[in-house]
Amino acid sequence: MEKTALETNSQGGRFSFSYANGLSLEETEKEASFRRTHSTLGVKKASKIRIGEAGKAWIALIPALIFLLFFMIYPILNTFIMSFMENFTFVKGSGGSFAIANFIAALNNPRVTNPSLGFGNYVRVLSDEQFLFSLRNTVLIVVVSVPLTIIVGLLIAVCLHSIKPLQGFFQTVFFLPYVTNAIALGMVFKIIFTDGDAGLFNAFLHLFGIEAQQWLSVGAPAWNNFFVIIIYSIWNGIAFKILVFMSGLSSIDKQYYDAAKIDGASRATIFRRITVPLLSPQILYITITSFIGAFKSYTQIISLFGGGAYDFGGTKKDNWITVVGYIYRIMQDSTKNGRAAAASFVLLIIILLITLVQMAVSKKKVVY
Amino acid sequence: MATATPIRNRPTVKASGTAHESDLYFATPAQMRAYKAKAIISKVLLYGFLSLLAIFMLIPFIFMIVTSLRNPDCYDWDIATKTFNLLPSWWNQKYNTSNYTLDNFIQVFTYKSNSGSTINFGLYYLNTIYVAGVSTVFTLVTAVLAAFAFARCNFKGKNLLFTILLATMMIPGEMMVITNFQTVKSLQWENTYAALIFVHGVSVFYIFYLRQTFQQIPNELFLAAKVDGYGHFKYLWKVMIPIASPTIVTIAILSLMGAWNAYIWPNLVASGNFHSQSSGWSMKLVSNGLMSLFTNSDTGLSRDTVRIAGSVVCTAPLFVFFLIFRKYIMRGVSRSGIKG
Repeated sequence: MEKTALETNSQGGRFSFSYANGLSLEETEKEASFRRTHSTLGVKKASKIRIGEAGKAWIALIPALIFLLFFMIYPILNTFIMSFMENFTFVKGSGGSFAIANFIAALNNPRVTNPSLGFGNYVRVLSDEQFLFSLRNTVLIVVVSVPLTIIVGLLIAVCLHSIKPLQGFFQTVFFLPYVTNAIALGMVFKIIFTDGDAGLFNAFLHLFGIEAQQWLSVGAPAWNNFFVIIIYSIWNGIAFKILVFMSGLSSIDKQYYDAAKIDGASRATIFRRITVPLLSPQILYITITSFIGAFKSYTQIISLFGGGAYDFGGTKKDNWITVVGYIYRIMQDSTKNGRAAAASFVLLIIILLITLVQMAVSKKKVVY
Repeated sequence: MATATPIRNRPTVKASGTAHESDLYFATPAQMRAYKAKAIISKVLLYGFLSLLAIFMLIPFIFMIVTSLRNPDCYDWDIATKTFNLLPSWWNQKYNTSNYTLDNFIQVFTYKSNSGSTINFGLYYLNTIYVAGVSTVFTLVTAVLAAFAFARCNFKGKNLLFTILLATMMIPGEMMVITNFQTVKSLQWENTYAALIFVHGVSVFYIFYLRQTFQQIPNELFLAAKVDGYGHFKYLWKVMIPIASPTIVTIAILSLMGAWNAYIWPNLVASGNFHSQSSGWSMKLVSNGLMSLFTNSDTGLSRDTVRIAGSVVCTAPLFVFFLIFRKYIMRGVSRSGIKG
């Protein structure tokens, strides 16, 4: 808002001319007076089509807009509509991906069993045991991994901020997990967590006299799977948080710390009363993005099990199926497109609710 | 606590050392020593804590690099005899050979099985480089133009349009994937580069990011350029793009990295051969190829050392990239929320 006000203000210094032909052009005084003299002399300028500012804006916008409209706006609306359609499939040559056209085609096709409209998909998704299971898994992953990652990330950032020598080195090391391929490193973790004495992690446990465990193999206990998922989620996600916290910390005025030291405040008090409140915008940002990201977790999990796109561990291969995993899995069945759409809309609602709750909480706690 | 608290305005003993500490005064030398000792202990704890976590961060990388270079037989023997070692010595007594070899990488790039299933990382590399390169150019051109329109021009409905675009950033990609997957099918784009390049080519986030940079360019520059006879697009090309080039470079890098790491969408639409024809070449990108390396049960490939070598092959270009563009990447990432 502030920005717009500034813009209009600075544009106030310009001359604005309205021509009889309806073209409204904003021009510099020089240009305008040039035009004026020429018209009084009666010299008719070669009629050159001039495109106004708005026209130029639209020309610049068109490439992006076409693709956004076709691959983002339309899919959102289409998927939303699709979520209310039951028992229909996409038929080749009947309206492409346009759900309504396909639905009408299905209505007119006597071989298809009664397609209908309604909330049936939502009812089925919300009463589907596998969906509820995937929701439970996702919530568990979110609730454990997000706070842990944020707290450890914040600790590392604060420590990192308070040292001078080697700061750059440590910062680079802690950033490294960000520039890796999630699939590739997930697979490295899979091998680190090999069963028996073969795995690096089991060898590490052996140092403490703990027996070798099964971690990710087919018969491994689900909570062992979970442990690895959490470790990998933290490892994979912490880099981004540290970076954001570091940039937040460096913008805090040093005077606050000096004042607190003179007053004899302890480290813990300084952290609680100065660092956390002044870092609260970054903490809020990180909390919201981490919650959203963790709710959509999928790639980390399949990469750990290494069995392809639909392997979530366990004998039935759905030990730790997540909501996104559920959506991709039912998408494979062409008769369940409506249900996949409904599930993705449920995911959207959950994400929106979490974001709104966090925004509401932040109104009381965040110091800007 | 109270004994070591530095007190100001009581100049008895002055603590020497860093510029910051020199401002502190202590009542007695003992207090100063206690304060200094505490400072040293906290430094040791601080560095110890950071080092420990740094090791936790680095172990997967060390393990990955070392294992990819290990002789598969020696590695298996270590595991069978429970003598696993993160960094084994150069020479292996049992097999009378070196513990280290480049065979795993050769295997990853040249493996051909009898059953006809091949893993061809050379091809996956070319696919990924092509897709990443073209889609980055596409992303940049559309983002620069759109950001220019939003930052520099006035037109009806600008704010409404921008708000709509921002709102779509909240919506999970899965919602779009369901329809896009059908669209790609009906356009017969399955297993083509178009599906990989155009569907996710335009990024609202980059438009938003670039718009902010463009808005910081003072309006007076535009007026001055206009006096010199620059039109809108010439001004964009000659003035705005050069000024915003650090942001543009950052976006290019993030976009390249994103394309390199893409897995979900390529796996859905391009895991077969070109144009779905059996004679076509494989359309797989590196992440996808790596997944098939792990699910492949051919004896030549199912060894852990070979699989890890595959992981190294996927990660190495990113690392090189990171070392070169560290500044841009870290700055860009701290402003963005992409990836996870």
